[in-house]
Amino acid sequence: MVSDTVSTTSNGPAANQNSSIEINGLYKIFGKRPKHFMAAVKEGMTKQELQEKHGHVLGLKDINLSMQAGSIQVVMGLSGSGKSTLIRHINRLIDPTVGEVNVGGQDVCKMGTKALRDFRRHETAMVFQKFALLPHRTVINNVVYGLEVQGLPRDKQESEARRWIERVGLAGFEDNYPNQLSGGMQQRVGLARALTNDAPLLLMDEAFSALDPLIRMDMQSVLLDLQKELHKTIVFITHDVDEALRLGDRIAILRDGEIIQEGTGQNIVLEPADEYIQNFVKDVNRGRVILAESIMKQGAHPGAGAQVLVHDHLEDVARMLSDASAQAVNVANDNGQVVGHLDLETTVAAIVKQEKRHTSSDTQFTI
Amino acid sequence: MDWFTEFPAMEKSALRALKKSIDGGFRAWTREHGDTVETFFEPIKQMLIWSEKFLLNTPWPFILGGIVLIAWLASRSWKITVLTFVTMVLIGYFDMWDNTMRTISIMIVSTVVSIVLGIPIGIAMSKSDVVQRLITPILDVMQTMPGFVYLIPVVMLLGIGKVPGLLAVVIYAIPPIIRLTNLGIRMVDKEVLEAADAFGSSAWQRLKNVQIPLAMPTIMAGINQTIMMALALVVIASMIGVKGLGQPVLQAIANQYFTLGMFNGLAIVGVAIIFDRVSQAYGKRLQAHSEEVHGK
Ligand SMILES: Nc1ncnc2c1ncn2[C@@H]1O[C@H](COP(=O)(O)OP(=O)(O)OP(=O)(O)O)[C@@H](O)[C@H]1O
Ligand SMILES: [Mg+2]
Repeated sequence: MVSDTVSTTSNGPAANQNSSIEINGLYKIFGKRPKHFMAAVKEGMTKQELQEKHGHVLGLKDINLSMQAGSIQVVMGLSGSGKSTLIRHINRLIDPTVGEVNVGGQDVCKMGTKALRDFRRHETAMVFQKFALLPHRTVINNVVYGLEVQGLPRDKQESEARRWIERVGLAGFEDNYPNQLSGGMQQRVGLARALTNDAPLLLMDEAFSALDPLIRMDMQSVLLDLQKELHKTIVFITHDVDEALRLGDRIAILRDGEIIQEGTGQNIVLEPADEYIQNFVKDVNRGRVILAESIMKQGAHPGAGAQVLVHDHLEDVARMLSDASAQAVNVANDNGQVVGHLDLETTVAAIVKQEKRHTSSDTQFTI
Repeated sequence: MDWFTEFPAMEKSALRALKKSIDGGFRAWTREHGDTVETFFEPIKQMLIWSEKFLLNTPWPFILGGIVLIAWLASRSWKITVLTFVTMVLIGYFDMWDNTMRTISIMIVSTVVSIVLGIPIGIAMSKSDVVQRLITPILDVMQTMPGFVYLIPVVMLLGIGKVPGLLAVVIYAIPPIIRLTNLGIRMVDKEVLEAADAFGSSAWQRLKNVQIPLAMPTIMAGINQTIMMALALVVIASMIGVKGLGQPVLQAIANQYFTLGMFNGLAIVGVAIIFDRVSQAYGKRLQAHSEEVHGK
């Protein structure tokens, strides 16, 4: 129904070298003899059964995911659904039980020690859910870590680090130790440390979860601005739907180690695959997610009072309608051609409508 | 019913033959390789001689000043500095200065040797469970075997003197530093290590930047214990000719000179307290980063 809204690198400035990610048939079983249970898991043994009967944990199950270079891929899911496990496979902090993780066409799981080290140094940077700062180093010495490991000259390390420390709002705290800072401040140190590395692939495991709402919005803006400039490939884990919809070009939703839906934010809000996802998105501000083109009616409207673009959100459309006190607005494409129209009723209905297709009596899914 | 009341031990003659052949074998080996072994330990011997000479030949005010300065620099505590000064002055006043210098000399050298050997062994143990499983029982034996027993082969091999004394002290004192280096590194937070890996640290970078610094408080505790155990062995080591505060104690035991024994014993205690307080204060200062916790 809707064309993809993925922003590609094609129209951006000098895009980074190809750091698209292709994950194929990835399984991860935690325990003493993971391979032994692969066959059973492939035949459909559930996470619960594996855990109760065999004492192994099914971390990830048959993950297939492709992320375009230069886009932001959000991963969502409840606690324990395997988000951190998934993101750790991308820089191989965890080895898969089976499957491949291709970054820029290269299988990360087949890299030798040196290749992997160079890949981690130059191609990736990571923000950790629990910060994982070096407690014996000051903020500045934490932030330079990636560049230090690469062996850059110290003054270059520091100037880069100071720039990012300032950008995340921690100027003046350079010489503090991590445990002298609040949780939110520590998280921003972790963020600055990753950004200083200037890698084409950024892995962010709940990178904003410890921030207060104001700073969180601010950091989201920093990330989006950065993305406009640099077109990194970003994998972003979050619990927060609004954050996911704001940042994500595409969103994948995990449950018990499986991807149960993957698509654009609008896809997921408009057509949640099941009740689990519906629960996630039920309180979303739909006006900020759904695009005019998704619900517009064909053709121009004779009484149209104004014009909006296909990529405008319904919230903007509604504002336009009310400002112009018109019955309807026309919807134009990027070339200025009118391709459809939206009336007040349709717009408002789409904003307030709650999908009722999946109800709690839907026995197929138990949470 | 003989076997029931009396443990059926190995036959006396066979046992004697066994002991004899082991001793004989070892003696033969010693005779053959004694020189090689001695050359091997020559650098350590030189180090011992040099450090003792240095401590004895430098005029005492410099040494006293040096010790007090080190105490201050390491601990940054007036209390510990004054304690060090007073203890050293008392030792000198009661005419135990020279013996104390000899003891401090062997202490320093044996601690340095223990650190140089112990930390790499500890690191190797932390890296591999197999190595850990191999070394742990050896350390257990080293720590529980009475000090006198391993003096015997050491003396057979090297005779009496400084080097065998040092060897005995090191064998006795090195286990804590090995154990605690291993433990400290194994206790380092997995998440922090993961972060170091995620930025592409090499094995050496992760050791130098993360594991050693984070294990440092534990390693320092090991060094502290090593120093204390080395001091504890000073008296025993004096049985094989290590000069220092131990010898007068030995003499006092043999001749029942209560006061002589007491004074020298107290001097050992004094030196022990100085080393202990200074090294502990230094270890604490290394952890400055964990002292001011947010929200305190
Ligand atoms: N090293 C491990 N050994 C055994 N089980 C593990 C290990 N790491 C993760 N798991 C299990 O894998 C599952 C997924 O964990 P993961 O940390 O990826 O969850 P998450 O989605 O990141 O959760 P949260 O939102 O709480 O961070 C959980 O059931 C967890 O218990
Ligand atoms: Mg997680």
